[in-house]
Amino acid sequence: MLHRPPSHSAAIGPGAVPCLALPTPAALEQRQQLGAAQAPSCGAEAFTVDPAALAGGQPRKHTQYPYVTGTSVLGITYKDGVLLASDTLGAYGSTKRYKSFERLRKVNDVCAVGASGELSDFQYIMRLLEELSDDDFCMDDGHHLKPHEVHSYLCRVLYNRRNKFDPLWNSIVVGGFYGGKPFLGTVGMIGTNYTDEHVATGFGNHLARPLMREKHRPDMSEEEATALMHECLKVCYYRDKNSINKFQLAKVTAEGVTISEPFALETDWNYKLFANPAANAPGTW
Amino acid sequence: MAGQGGFAFDLCKRNEFLEARGAKHPGFTKTGTTIAGIIYKDGVVLGADTRSTAGTTVADKNCEKIHYIAPNIYCCGAGTAADTENVTGMVASQLELHRYATGTQSRVVTAMTLLKSHLFRYQGHVSAALVLGGVDFRGPHLFTVYPHGSTDSLPYCTMGSGSLNAMAVFEAGYKDDLTKEEAMELVARAIRSGVFNDLGSGSNVDLCVINKEGVEYKRNYELLQGKTYQRQFPQRFAAGSVPVVHERVYDVRRVVTVTEGEPMEMES
Repeated sequence: MLHRPPSHSAAIGPGAVPCLALPTPAALEQRQQLGAAQAPSCGAEAFTVDPAALAGGQPRKHTQYPYVTGTSVLGITYKDGVLLASDTLGAYGSTKRYKSFERLRKVNDVCAVGASGELSDFQYIMRLLEELSDDDFCMDDGHHLKPHEVHSYLCRVLYNRRNKFDPLWNSIVVGGFYGGKPFLGTVGMIGTNYTDEHVATGFGNHLARPLMREKHRPDMSEEEATALMHECLKVCYYRDKNSINKFQLAKVTAEGVTISEPFALETDWNYKLFANPAANAPGTW
Repeated sequence: MAGQGGFAFDLCKRNEFLEARGAKHPGFTKTGTTIAGIIYKDGVVLGADTRSTAGTTVADKNCEKIHYIAPNIYCCGAGTAADTENVTGMVASQLELHRYATGTQSRVVTAMTLLKSHLFRYQGHVSAALVLGGVDFRGPHLFTVYPHGSTDSLPYCTMGSGSLNAMAVFEAGYKDDLTKEEAMELVARAIRSGVFNDLGSGSNVDLCVINKEGVEYKRNYELLQGKTYQRQFPQRFAAGSVPVVHERVYDVRRVVTVTEGEPMEMES
């Protein structure tokens, strides 16, 4: 990784460049040394305000809840690789605020990640992963991060932030295909992680996992795996309030990572017995 | 049949007094549960698991969660076991008296109305979440009754801690005009989904099929989590299965003399 001066602010976390608003004696001295002619006449040194200094002794509470959230992400392995699926909704509480948010992203040619939870934290995580991938690209030695390395890295990042009581509020699914074998793992916001043949986050654990347990086999063909994913996505859309009928499927195989265009699924709201539930009992509901 | 209006607060003061004296409020057995019901072409299929939990312990491995309400009406119950059993028993008694008074078959909506008005009166403190199903002269009915007293009329429904797991199976598999075998298979699959994916549900699957002709109460329709090994009592070890490491023969006759004699007189 390229060298970055560490931040000493507990609030900002590692990797950020700016210093605190209050200049340290060393900085003041440095400024004097430069001399008036060299110091800029307008503007000031880049700085950030440390919220802890302004909080007046109160504990930070803004990390205790997410704001813009994504719902479940599903993942299964099959014969030739891994399928990840999610919808494209960024919800703001109960409002369907952002209807085209890509929650499945490619990391490199062998790995893709999907996230549920706070979407700004997911964007930060993607920035970290992109930095790592860019460094690999610049090295130009043919190496790239393997899927289990991405999984391991995200575990450490999330657990580390949890220990600072400032978690990245995400549940992440890491899917990849490396060395002829599919990889599928998940990391929670407190650092809980495991790998399995099928995973889900959030509501998907209750709605999709039972169907996956019934129908999943490691040697499924791509058609069977896609059909199972569609069924799980449909059930999640029926029964999860914070979801929309617009999904993406990410496929990781030996050929690389493809993330599909958003698609919708056929839903059936017209069962005969929904039409007039009180037909046999007029006056009730 | 209607009781006095409003919640009866008589015992609240006594409970407060007892708690102030240090008496611990008795815990209640909950049925962390999967219950489900489905309407098929000619009737209703109800299903339930058989695990009853008290905290994290399994209190009853094979309890009955499908309760009798009337010869043509049965009710699955989730929530506090005492509440579901007593509220369904109470409504069953009320309906029996009603049948004597009217001389006709009970209607499912009558059971539903009695249940919901009782539960609403207790404002959710009677923790009973029910799936009520039956067939009367108007056809098959399926209702869910929530602890606060609201009801839904649905073609398929699930309740309990395993309800999402079972509902996933229903949403994937329901279609109009199921046959009896398809409906039974789907309900069994849904309860199985709860048993294997929810910690509060387990053991076995009970089914109850109700149609115009009558009721088939299939207790322990599927046994899912039986013991895989049965111990033998007394233990029988095959000859030669225990290796002899050391043998020592001690002749007891060296220290013990065996004589014939009269048995001692004992106090009678």
